[in-house]
Amino acid sequence: MKNSITVKLAPAPRMTVLSALAPPAATLAALVITWQVAVTAGGVQPAILPSPQRILQQGWEARTTIWENTLPTLQETLLGFAVSLTVAWTLAILIDFSPGLRRALVPLLVASQAIPIIAIAPLMVIWFGFGMLPKVIVIALVTFFPVTVGLIDGFNRTDRDAINLLRSMGANRWKQFVYVRLPSALPSFFTALRIGIAYAVTGAIFAEYVGAERGLGIYMAMMKNSFRTDLVLAAVAVTAFVSVCLFLLTYVAERAIIPWHSKARRSWHG
Amino acid sequence: MVEATPPKIELRGICKSFLLGHGQVRSVLDDVAFSAQPGEFVAVIGPSGCGKSTMFNIMAGLETASSGEILVDGDVVTGQHEHFAYMPQKDLLFPWRSILENTSLGLEVAGETKKIARARAASLFAAFGLSGFEDSHPFELSGGMRQRAALLRTVVQGREVLLLDEPFGALDSLTRTDMQSWLQGVWSQNAWTAVLITHDIREAIYLADRVVVLSARPACVRLNLTIDLPRPRALSMTTSAEFAGYERTLLATLHEETRSSRAP
Ligand SMILES: Nc1ncnc2c1ncn2[C@@H]1O[C@H](COP(=O)(O)OP(=O)(O)O)[C@@H](O)[C@H]1O
Ligand SMILES: [Mg+2]
Repeated sequence: MKNSITVKLAPAPRMTVLSALAPPAATLAALVITWQVAVTAGGVQPAILPSPQRILQQGWEARTTIWENTLPTLQETLLGFAVSLTVAWTLAILIDFSPGLRRALVPLLVASQAIPIIAIAPLMVIWFGFGMLPKVIVIALVTFFPVTVGLIDGFNRTDRDAINLLRSMGANRWKQFVYVRLPSALPSFFTALRIGIAYAVTGAIFAEYVGAERGLGIYMAMMKNSFRTDLVLAAVAVTAFVSVCLFLLTYVAERAIIPWHSKARRSWHG
Repeated sequence: MVEATPPKIELRGICKSFLLGHGQVRSVLDDVAFSAQPGEFVAVIGPSGCGKSTMFNIMAGLETASSGEILVDGDVVTGQHEHFAYMPQKDLLFPWRSILENTSLGLEVAGETKKIARARAASLFAAFGLSGFEDSHPFELSGGMRQRAALLRTVVQGREVLLLDEPFGALDSLTRTDMQSWLQGVWSQNAWTAVLITHDIREAIYLADRVVVLSARPACVRLNLTIDLPRPRALSMTTSAEFAGYERTLLATLHEETRSSRAP
């Protein structure tokens, strides 16, 4: 029964949460233990490479400061990503409706990805100061592209025969979009969303690193300058944790918004 | 000369060629002409790739003919879609819509309120053997049920002519026989005018009042055979001498065409 609309994309997790988390958790534990043993046995200086135990301990002691720096990073990430999603949806829909715009915009979108963020981010601080705005711009700049491309691609993935069916029913371009193109694109969108959210957190850290009042990025920069390698790594661990949480949230959103996708896949393949 | 009533639909001199680029042209339909009376069931068979689906696309207004006309009740309607309800080869049930939402899609697109569209579709669920599956999703249905749902989605639009493109082509033979006798049954209770594309000669004879045989590409009408079997038709009729006679005639014509389509 593969003759309905199928869209092949990264599958939503099907296993129970526990069985999905066990293998990466075990791998991580093995790495951390090796690290701990190596550092202790080798007598490496904490300023060069602290042991996991020290990172945990010092991180815990600095928890209030780390938390105060995590919140702004999270806020920027979410705000920047919201801006990015708005831009991506608007562009993708405009491009879907207008071949002229597609020819005009797509090369520019591709070119926008050639902008070296490493050079632009410090300029943003000069132009817009140390507040939220430059971070939001950097995050939007690094994430809107994969989401836009994922959406455009998703719209185009729509089965031509499905469009013809809608046309035979008398659907105009707008109705074709609402009834078929949009739902057909949603699985692609969620895949792009996952790529985007991973970039968003990195983008936020990077934007803060070059200048901010608060945030995990500037915290890492300051701790590095005072040779607190352990606290830098503690902040890295928090960043990774935030990324993973946001990443998992996209699956929750996917389940809520397109529950039919994983169910349909499951029945086709099993 | 005065005609009593014009046919429900008539195809006149339909030609179609596709531009393939590099200045090449592929001629697919070459002067296809036939008609169907009101309430008549016409089956179309022909070698695969001869242009049957292309002909439907032209009738449904999805593709423009290079030349020729389509008439409904004697009026030229070439390029208009609103006279035909089209059931494509794939069932195209959307996984994001329940069966009831899928079957009422055509009415909804045509501007009916969701409530009325769904009520109209729901009233046909029993006749289509889909009772109790209103809220199911397509992936929960068997192949036969999916085809019945696709057919329901087609007929509920209330269009004048049904275009069915190999509706049972993807089903196993047992399910297909089931579906044929079921369709024959609902057919006899309705006054639908329909054109059915099939590659199954027995299906064509069993279901149709007339069988049109198309030639190999570029297609034209090779044979227009009236099936004079009484209705309602029982499955046992398919073993009768008359049935076998029709089958021989059609098979011979089709074989000739398939052979010539393989020739260089
Ligand atoms: N858009 C198109 N451009 C070029 N060739 C086409 C196009 N659509 C169909 N054809 C060709 O027309 C022929 C008839 O196709 P089709 O109508 O699908 O055949 P059938 O339904 O009888 O199997 C095929 O050879 C196919 O390759
Ligand atoms: Mg075909």
